This record gives sequence, structure tokens and C-alpha cells, in this order.
Amino acid sequence: MAGITLDSLTKSYGPTEVLHHIGADIEDGEFVVIVGPSGCGKSTLLRMIAGLESITSGEVFIGDKMVNGLEPADRDIAMVFQNYALYPHMTVRQNMAYGLKIRKMPKAEIDRRVQEAAEILEIAQYLDRKPRQLSGGQRQRVAMGRAIVRDPQVFLFDEPLSNLDAKLRVQMRLEIRKLQKRLGVTSIFVTHDQVEAMTLGDRLMVLNGGYVEQFGTPIELYERPASVFVAGFIGSPAMNFFRATADGLSVTLPNGAVVPTAQSARGGVICGLRPEHLVRDPSGPIEMEVELLEHLGGVTLLHGPLQGTDQQMVISLEGISEVQIGDRLRFSLPPELVHLFDAQTDRRIG
Amino acid sequence: MVENRPLLSILAHIVLLLGVAIVALPVWITFVGASHEAERMLQTPIPMLPGDQFFVNLRQTLWGSGLEGTNTAPVWMMLMNSMVMALMIAIGKIAISLLSAFAIVYFKFPFRMGFFWMIFITLMLPVEVRILPTFEVIADLGMLNSYWGLTVPLIASATATFMFRQVFLTIPDEMLESARIDGAGPMRFFWDIVIPLSRTNIAALFVILFIYGWNQYLWPLLITTDTDMMTIVVSIKQMLEAAEQSPQWNIIMMTALLAMIPPIFVVIAMQKLFVQGLTETDK
Repeated sequence: MAGITLDSLTKSYGPTEVLHHIGADIEDGEFVVIVGPSGCGKSTLLRMIAGLESITSGEVFIGDKMVNGLEPADRDIAMVFQNYALYPHMTVRQNMAYGLKIRKMPKAEIDRRVQEAAEILEIAQYLDRKPRQLSGGQRQRVAMGRAIVRDPQVFLFDEPLSNLDAKLRVQMRLEIRKLQKRLGVTSIFVTHDQVEAMTLGDRLMVLNGGYVEQFGTPIELYERPASVFVAGFIGSPAMNFFRATADGLSVTLPNGAVVPTAQSARGGVICGLRPEHLVRDPSGPIEMEVELLEHLGGVTLLHGPLQGTDQQMVISLEGISEVQIGDRLRFSLPPELVHLFDAQTDRRIG
Repeated sequence: MVENRPLLSILAHIVLLLGVAIVALPVWITFVGASHEAERMLQTPIPMLPGDQFFVNLRQTLWGSGLEGTNTAPVWMMLMNSMVMALMIAIGKIAISLLSAFAIVYFKFPFRMGFFWMIFITLMLPVEVRILPTFEVIADLGMLNSYWGLTVPLIASATATFMFRQVFLTIPDEMLESARIDGAGPMRFFWDIVIPLSRTNIAALFVILFIYGWNQYLWPLLITTDTDMMTIVVSIKQMLEAAEQSPQWNIIMMTALLAMIPPIFVVIAMQKLFVQGLTETDK
């Protein structure tokens, strides 16, 4: 077992730098999710840790060992790929045993490990099938099994759930989480799905354009997003943003509405309001005309412009709401739930 | 197409039968010719039904000296020469093409694409174009009248290299990465992953190359002067002019018939693997 340390990792393709001085300390046994939009460099970062991609500058430590110059096989890692990368001509058993066979592990020990992993993953009855005879979820398990039998110090997951259908994805997500807790192996998981990230990770690293926007627990990211990007990325539906003018402990929205805040600021700011934090309040400062309703059962989403502007916003009300299209409603929210960001830097104020 | 028009299907069958007749008639005549006495084959009209001399001719052709009154090698020896040549060409071509395609696809070395294009350009030079210099080289190397001389110049193959390159490009990169994480070195990856994944293509190519090798005519004709090294395809032509008498059609036809068997056998044997490979999809 070992932690991982990334020290100022940089990756360039020719003159283009795609990852900029990524630093992180990942503790032993921790489950870290790297999340970000496509093209942000998250897979590249993972592949650099795996050794599949060269490192332009900076260092990767697994445990106390600097692994920059090591082949992937010598880094004591296991990786689960998006398309599983199972060897199509080998049976499930051979797929799982292949890495161990190359390491010249005794046959009996290989059999024991494969059997054990297969039982953990409930694929013992499929051991003699070929990957093409398995469903997507089962292939996924085999890919996991191939990682488990190696008993590595680190698991690396490269969007392993994105080829599964929605229901199976939720199920596998929980299973991966349980498995990781049970085995206690340090894991890094790459995804573009923020829900997946929030449910899986002990900590999340939000990447955007090759920079780390924020690295923290899911609750930290939700409650105190460090930047406009993180605030917009974490939470569903996404946060509403307005350009506003701050004056001490309140901000004035574009339509003149004054919203009290807990953060103190002056001048131009970006004000962020989460859809689920706004509550109906006949004397509230924020007025919206409902243009569109989405009834999701548990919640009702109200879409419409902020009164007096053409800026769209979303509000999420609990339960099945009796609101009608065309209603004009007022909302308010507690000052500590208003998020203020610097208008120039997009960073959180205070 | 699911149609129920009897006239159309009768017409379709007539066309198919005609096609079969056109393709099969020469083979039938060969068989008929191989089953009569030599004299009968010189009378007109030529017979259309098999005679009773098939096994006599077979014995004479295979273990006898072949043609009467000549000193050609017995046919079994020429069959063996052809077999060795075809196998060496097919296996040699496949082995070399696999390795060079593997190098081009999976290794980054200076002038990689340059080498690829150099190989590719040789596609445009058939054996006949470079036959004189090649003969010179083989003669200087002292490889005339040997299996090496028969096969080595024909082994390098741009077509097969190009084909394997295309096959390897369809193998997902993750397969290589996965193997690297599993600790497989390049040759291990080659043997354990690349070869099994291309085995249907190897089988298909083997069929084509075996027949290509078996049917070689010009090169063996040039390189073999010794009757012991003569291949069967060359010798059939020689037989027509060999003896100072009218051609012994029964023996010649029997030889032709025997020459047909190995390629047919290879096609039938490999077809099984071939079809199995076609039904086995995803990589």
C-alpha cells in the first residue's frame, strides 16, 4: 500500500503545454477522482501516472519511490480502461492470469488469486468464456478482476463506466466504491461525470484547461467552490451566475434586486446561486417568470429569465410543484448560500 | 432478396449451371484425358467419358519415369519440389511481413515512414521487371538449382507487409497499453496478442501465397536447369515438347491433375479457419 505524490507535473506536446504544474498528495488508501470536461487533460494525467505517457517535467512518486523512469509494469499499478482492453482471444481466466504469468508466479498461486478475484466480483461461472460472450457489465468486472489479481499498490481507472448503460453505471459505481473500501487500495479514477465523481471520491481534483481548479472533498467543492468553473461544474442542475455589483454584505443583480451575502466584497463580482437553494418567498428579492417546467417527480425544475433581464436561470423546488407556466414568483435564500467570485479572476472571494 | 418468381429462379439456375460448366469442363477433360491410353488421346474426336486406364496412368506418372523415352524426373519429385517452394514462399513471406509490419506499426524509429514507403514502392515492381538483376545476384550467390534460389527472391513482400500493417492498425492501442501494464515486452506482445489477433488474416494470406508460390513459372524456369529441381508447373510445359514424338496426353493430363491437388487441399483446409475467423468478430 502506498500513497501517490505528484510534484509539479507538466506535459507538453511540442510547444503546447497541456498540463501545467500539477501537484497533489494522495494518501494511502484514498480514492481520488479526477474530473473535468473533455480535453482538460485528465486522462493524460492518469496515463502519466501509469507510465503510458512521458512526463515533460515534474515527478511522480508512488510510495516513496520516484517512478518517472519506470515502465508501467514496474510501477506496481493496475489500470482499468474505458473499453476494458480485454484480450479477445483469451478466456476470462487467461485474461486475468496473463500479467501474473508474465511475472512467472507459480501456477497454483495464480489459480488461487484468479479464483478469489472472480468470487469477489461474482464472475466465477464465466471464467472459461471469451470476452465476446459477456455483457458490458461482465466485461467491466473482468477488467476489474484483472486489476485485482495483481494486488497492486495503486488502481487507475480511465472512465471505466462510460460504456455502460445508465442503470448499470449506477450499480457498478457503487460496487467499485465498495470494492475499493474493502481492498483499501489507493485509487485514482478519471471521469467527466460530476455525479460519478461526487459519489465515488474521497477527494476530487477538478481539472480545467490543464490547471487544477480545486482539490478537495465533494462537500468542500459543493459548499465552497474555489472558482466559477468548479461552482458551475459541481452540482446538478448547474449553478446560476449573474454579473453583480457588491457593496459590503450585499450584491445588486443586473435587474436591481439586492441580495444579502455573507461574503464581503466591493465592485464587480460574479454572484452564484444554486437552483436548489432558492426557496419560494413572497417578499424575496429574486423574481422570475416561469417559461418552462420540468417535472422530475422528486423535484420540479423551473426555467425562465430573471425578471427584467433576458438571463435564463433554473430553480429547483422539492416535490411536485403546483406552479404554472407564466407564473411570476419571488425567491430568497440565506446569505451564507450566496457564492461570490471575483469578476476578473473568476476565483472565490473570501 | 426474397422473391417468388419461378421463371426468374429457373433462369438464374441456368446461368449458374452454364457458369459451372464453363469452369468445370477443362478440369473434366483433364480427368478424362488422364484415364485413357496414350493412343486413344490422339484420335479424334477426343473422348468425353473417362476410360479405364486411370490407375495405370497414375502409377506410371507418379512412380515411373513419367514420360516414356525421356529423362525427366519422376512426378512425385517435382511435386515435392513445388511443395517445398510454395511452403517456403508462403511461410517466409508471412514471417517477414509480420515482423516488418510489427516494426513499422509499433516502434518509433528514425525514418520509419521512409522505410514504409520504400517497402510500399516495391509493390510497383513485379518480379519480371527486376528478373535479370535478381538472376545475377542469385547466380553470384551460387543459389542456382537450390530451394533457396527458388524462394528467397520471392519472399520479400510489400503486399503482405502492407496488409498486416492495416490489420495491426485495427488493434486498439489499449491492447498494447494493457499488455505493457501486464509486463509484456515487445516480442511477448507480438506472440501473445498480435499473432493470435491476426491469425485469420494469416490463414487467408497463407492460402493466397501458397497458390502464388505453387503457380510460379517464370522464375523456376530460369533458375532451375537441373531436372531434379524442376517444379511441376514448369515441367508440364516441358513435357509437351520433351519427347521426340507426339505428346503423351494421358501422362501430361495426369500430371496436371496431380498439380491441382495441393492448392485445392490448402484451400479446403484453410477455409475452415477462414470462415471461423470471419464469424469471430470484435478485436
